[in-house]
Amino acid sequence: MGLLDKQFTDDNIIITKVEDVLNWARLSSLWQMGFGLACCAIEMMATSASHYDFDRFGVIPRPSPRQSDVIIISGTVTLKMAIRIKRLYEQMPDPKYVISMGSCSNCGGPYWEHGYHVLKGVDRVIPVDVYVPGCPPRPEALLEGLLKLQEKIRNESLVKKTA
Amino acid sequence: MKTTEEIFNLLKEKFGESIIEFKTGVPVEDFIVVNPFEIDKVCTFLRDTDSYQFNNLMNLSGVDDANGKKITGEQGEVKLEGRTFSLFYHLESMSLKQKVTLAVRMPGENPEVSSVSEIWRSADWHEREAFDMFGIKFLNHPDLRRILMPYDWEAGYPLRKDYKNPEFYQGMKVPY
Repeated sequence: MGLLDKQFTDDNIIITKVEDVLNWARLSSLWQMGFGLACCAIEMMATSASHYDFDRFGVIPRPSPRQSDVIIISGTVTLKMAIRIKRLYEQMPDPKYVISMGSCSNCGGPYWEHGYHVLKGVDRVIPVDVYVPGCPPRPEALLEGLLKLQEKIRNESLVKKTA
Repeated sequence: MKTTEEIFNLLKEKFGESIIEFKTGVPVEDFIVVNPFEIDKVCTFLRDTDSYQFNNLMNLSGVDDANGKKITGEQGEVKLEGRTFSLFYHLESMSLKQKVTLAVRMPGENPEVSSVSEIWRSADWHEREAFDMFGIKFLNHPDLRRILMPYDWEAGYPLRKDYKNPEFYQGMKVPY
């Protein structure tokens, strides 16, 4: 149940659960870490730009992991970068979410066999909430990934973290 | 504008034994094979002489010639005997609008070559890449570190034909 499903019975008072308010607040302002890796980052930037307008879902790029709620792993994760990604993820405050965007960060993509320098999936170093397939995914696919993440957050509970 | 063959003949007159052979009839452009320890002198000459003026190093790349004979040792380890590595230098003269390709061949056991990074600054990172990928040692290079792979990469040089990827790197599983 979403927050806005509750009825306004009296003037401007709305009755709901704390859990619903928190989840609604979290999912409506997912600040994204300004972090791009490869060609997927170009699609991610296109998603942020005016045509697809990530901002209408409350997604704003932040320049620091300390201010971010979600990190979109948009591209090939090399072994060298994997160490940095883990560190950036650990610097983000809880609650934090991860979207793995594109084949490379899902499973290694075209580098799965001969990519001596590629980590075969970013889920080997950090926990992933939503995988977006594609090479690279179109902005619409990334938007759907974000909607899936919002759905996941909407059903979160205070006592048990699910996303 | 001089052809590669003309340049080869002129270099042969000046440097003698250091200029090893002229290769033609290959699928790519003709090239001149030079002694690896004389390549810096040859390159300085090609850059500073008025009739050549090769003021631009377009590319410098390493090659594993994949030519050694496989020998299996007592512990079952496979060695490639007589293998060689090559380096290719693509020079361009922007003022005279001419190009030439040089090559050096090095033994696989201890591939060493004189650095040309003092002649063209662009060679610095190209040589670091060749070192990173093939383990070719550039003598007198100012900063011969790995450039692409992590500094603590201990599994060897990835573009060598006998390279084996490690199972783990810093606790992360590497194979698919």
